[in-house]
Amino acid sequence: MEVRVFRGVPGGEQGEVAYDVPPVEGMVVLDAIHHIQKHLQTDLACRWNCKAAKCGSCSAEINGTPRLMCKTRIDELPEGPVTVRPLAAFPLIKDLVTDVSWNYEVNKKIPPFTAAEGDRGPWRIQEVDIDRLYEFRRCIECFLCQDVCHILRNHDMRDRFYGPRFFVRVAGLEMHPKDVLNRVEQTRAEGGLGLCNITKCCTEVCPEHIHITDNAIIPLKERNADAHWDPINFVRRKLRRDSGGGAATRGLDEEPAGGPPR
Amino acid sequence: MASETTAMGPSAGASTRPSAGPGLVARLRRDAPWWVLPATVVTSLTTFSGYALWTALLGHDRWGPYLSPFYSPEIAAGRTRASSAIFVAGAPLLFRFTCYYYRKAYYRSFLLDPPACAVRDPHRTYSGETSFPTVLNNLHRYVWWLVAIVVSFLWLDVFRAFFGTGADSGHIWLGVGTGVMLGNVVLLTAYSASCHSFRHMVGGHVDCFSCVRFGKARYQAWRGVTLLNIRHPMWAWVSMFSVWGTDIYLRMLQAGWFLDPHIRF
Repeated sequence: MEVRVFRGVPGGEQGEVAYDVPPVEGMVVLDAIHHIQKHLQTDLACRWNCKAAKCGSCSAEINGTPRLMCKTRIDELPEGPVTVRPLAAFPLIKDLVTDVSWNYEVNKKIPPFTAAEGDRGPWRIQEVDIDRLYEFRRCIECFLCQDVCHILRNHDMRDRFYGPRFFVRVAGLEMHPKDVLNRVEQTRAEGGLGLCNITKCCTEVCPEHIHITDNAIIPLKERNADAHWDPINFVRRKLRRDSGGGAATRGLDEEPAGGPPR
Repeated sequence: MASETTAMGPSAGASTRPSAGPGLVARLRRDAPWWVLPATVVTSLTTFSGYALWTALLGHDRWGPYLSPFYSPEIAAGRTRASSAIFVAGAPLLFRFTCYYYRKAYYRSFLLDPPACAVRDPHRTYSGETSFPTVLNNLHRYVWWLVAIVVSFLWLDVFRAFFGTGADSGHIWLGVGTGVMLGNVVLLTAYSASCHSFRHMVGGHVDCFSCVRFGKARYQAWRGVTLLNIRHPMWAWVSMFSVWGTDIYLRMLQAGWFLDPHIRF
């Protein structure tokens, strides 16, 4: 079985090197890389940790598609050589290792969970209020969604676009029943929510099968439409403000029926 | 760096293929070149648009109790020479154009932005949905209400088809045509009820269902729309073909190719 692995460092010689790896039943691409590291090319650089699709470290582009190496079975790939390349959206460090630290910088820009002042818990939260957030908590930060997003990958708009991973984080915070901050405006103005054109590549590559576009990005776009494109909501907010309701901190807020004001 | 190949032991080249692999659709998607999907979308949407334009300009009469979905509601019937479709087409057309699923389809397939995942898009500049005209996609929620009106009229048409018009009034008419019209309106209802904006309207915007009025009912409504929404692309395509198929069926009846098999009682 032929495995073509990208090798090189920034500014140095770069290219694919073909290795012949003995196939084993149930083998994943990371096994092939480990075989190469152990027997054929001991200085091959590759990032990995758990080999169980839970740490998000071994992201790479396998046959041109961003995937986790530990979750990609060789026997599920088409016949022919297997190509393994580093993530194209991030700066190369060496071989299959890229510098993804920009993502952590974006993460710092997002205000963390913030409960209402004086509402410190512990809380009893109803299942109906929290069940759609479980999906977002599955994210393993493999950054495959960031890699495949053409806004980062092709247009390099890192200075004005957060990327799908961080829209998932914002959505999880915005939908939290106890969070009181409004991050939608920041996500629109600074995070480039309007740049996303819903092509769903992030959803297609997510190894945790998070419906990034349908459940995080589109709800955020709709909340942004509430704030900027909905005259009915504009009038409602205006009326509430005029009548002293003052509950317009989260876009389309609801009159509480018994719980604490949002 | 020069390419090199390192030969391995005797097991090299042995097959690791399992007897059962991924399903047919998964295999087709996996093995097909990236351009197959965009090409299919472009062909389907262009052909449908051409047919819709042709049918709007051509005009249409009822066949018995049946009315093509392109011409409902008959807002111009008898008053102008223009076909109703010219007046009605705007709402469904805008709905599909601003639909979150079709946005994916045309950005990828027509605008190549990108043509497929991890395939380089050919544009040097990019503004996404931040500039005119694509920024108007934010108005999808309003177009939803227009389409809801059109779909209500289609339900009325099905009701009229079942209970007859003119000389058949007062009889129940069960024909293949009524089945075709009923199937079409069910699919269109599923498509519009699975809309992302509708999902947001019925409960998606609520952060705390247990804190708001009618929270339980709104949560159940949101859950129901979410179940439909999971298959939104399927409803989008199937409903488009059902509109097309219904019109073709009625045109064949009009042309006298065959009689609509029916029971009247």
